[in-house]
Formats: sequence, structure tokens, C-alpha cells
Amino acid sequence: MLILTCPYCGVACDETELSPGGEAHLKRFGPGSSDEEFETYLFHRENPKGVHFERWRHAYGCGKWFHAARHTMTLEVFGTYPAQVYEPPEDIKAAITAKVPGWSWRDFS
Amino acid sequence: MSEPVNALGGARFDGIVQVTEVAPQGMITVRGDLGAGAMEKAVMKAAGLPIPAKTSVVMKGDHAVLWMSPDELMVVLPHGDAPAAVAAMTAALKSEHALVVDVSDARAVFALEGEGPALRETLAKLSPADMRSAALPVGVVRRTRLAQVPAAFWFANDTEARLICFRSVASYVFGILSHAATPGSEVGHFS
Ligand SMILES: [Zn+2]
Repeated sequence: MLILTCPYCGVACDETELSPGGEAHLKRFGPGSSDEEFETYLFHRENPKGVHFERWRHAYGCGKWFHAARHTMTLEVFGTYPAQVYEPPEDIKAAITAKVPGWSWRDFS
Repeated sequence: MSEPVNALGGARFDGIVQVTEVAPQGMITVRGDLGAGAMEKAVMKAAGLPIPAKTSVVMKGDHAVLWMSPDELMVVLPHGDAPAAVAAMTAALKSEHALVVDVSDARAVFALEGEGPALRETLAKLSPADMRSAALPVGVVRRTRLAQVPAAFWFANDTEARLICFRSVASYVFGILSHAATPGSEVGHFS
């Protein structure tokens, strides 16, 4: 069972109080993009055994979307952070590096 | 004006805690910038209370203001006062990007009374929320899941908790609360 702390209200949420929102930091490619870009945006997802970034919504609480960085094998949660960012903040990256030196995920490391 | 009617006619269950459906309450959902001066004035005028700190509730007599999210409050007041309060708050927030809605007849309110450990145990049977008094002290609102439906509850004092849910699930919530409070079902985890 995952427990993620909502960065907006500070509540330690049980997994069942949250709605999963899939992979984090996707860049949308819509009208005017190439077929390849659109295919990547729509279908290509990471499926790592290790560090992963996800979107979650505090559905049974404040209703806000947020990001979570966690380890898919150990279920360790490195941290949560607000939705209004294009990439993980430095303190989250540092927390991951402390536990998983040399990690990388898409363009981040 | 039509008479307000409880969802369950003021149902009551006496178990390890007393579960009572509270008489119709006025409940107003307010959304907007909680830091705005106009918001503070509007809430003070409607409820006579300041804007609560994050995840908190402020109470005075039959008025309360609950922090529901970073941009949402719930104002609790006597049922008959709600329409006038909505009109006053809407006018006070005219220049703000804000929303004021009377949700009195869309919610049900329950009071849970009993010894602190029994109260916490009853809610802990139904919700994944951390019910230890350190995690949920008196005056803190917890929006969470109660079995299969959303609910919000808070401890008004050591021996009474209040719980708000959607009116459409009032009967379900009364049922699960009564079941969780059945005499003989004590676990004793919090005592
Ligand atoms: Zn939240």
C-alpha cells in the first residue's frame, strides 16, 4: 500500500484516497504535430523497474493533481511535488540520487 | 418557505458511540483565493469567524468554517441563515474570481459522541485516515473515504466528532457508522 503526502494540503493519503493519473511530465503533441510525435505522446510510456515519476489526484480530499517520485520495486516514495512544473524539482532529484546513485528517467537524471 | 427535512428523519444509533443525524444545517461552499482580503471579510461577515488555517476548522456556537482545499471553504451556520449569507457573500466577492453555493440540502451531517478512543476506533474501521490523536487532533478536518463514499470529519472536542457526507448516501453512511459502533465490536486499539 502506498502512502503519498499531498503537497497542497499536507495530508498523508492512503492509495485508496487517490486517483492514479499515469506517467508524469508528458509533453502534449496535438494538431500540427508529426505522426511520430503524436504516436509517442499517445502511446509510448516508461515501464521502469526502479525510479518512476507519476501523476496522482487527491480525489477523496482537496481534489488537486500532484506529482510523485517513487521506486516501482521497493515502493519507496522519494517525494511529492506540485503539478505546475515541467520537471522534478532539485530537492526531489537529490533525494533520489541519495538512494539510487546514477539513476535516470527519460531526460532526467 | 418550505420546511427543511433531514435525509433520515434524525436517525440515532446507540452503540459504543452514539451516532445521530444532526438537524438540518446551513452549509455553504465557497471557492476562491483564500488569501484575498475580500474573502476574509466575506467569511467574517457570514460566519463571524476568520479563515481557518490549512486543514483546520474554526468554530463558535452553531457556526463553523472548514478548510476543504487550498481554494475551498465550507461555512456551517443555522439552516435558515444560509440564503441570506450566500447573497451577502456573493455580493462581497463580486470583484473576485469566486464561487458561493448553498449546499445545505445536498449534504447530511452526523454527530458521533462517546469516549475519545471509541470515537477514533469507529472512524478508523471505515476510513484509511490516520486516526491517532497526534495525526488528527481536535479542530483538524480530514476529508477522506468512508468505506465506499467520500466524507469529511473533524473532532469538535474530545468526545464529539462531526461528519459530513453527500445526502444521497446518508442512509449508507448511517448504516456503516452504526455497524462500526455495534456494542461488542470494540477493538481497543486507541485505549
Ligand atoms: Zn490534497
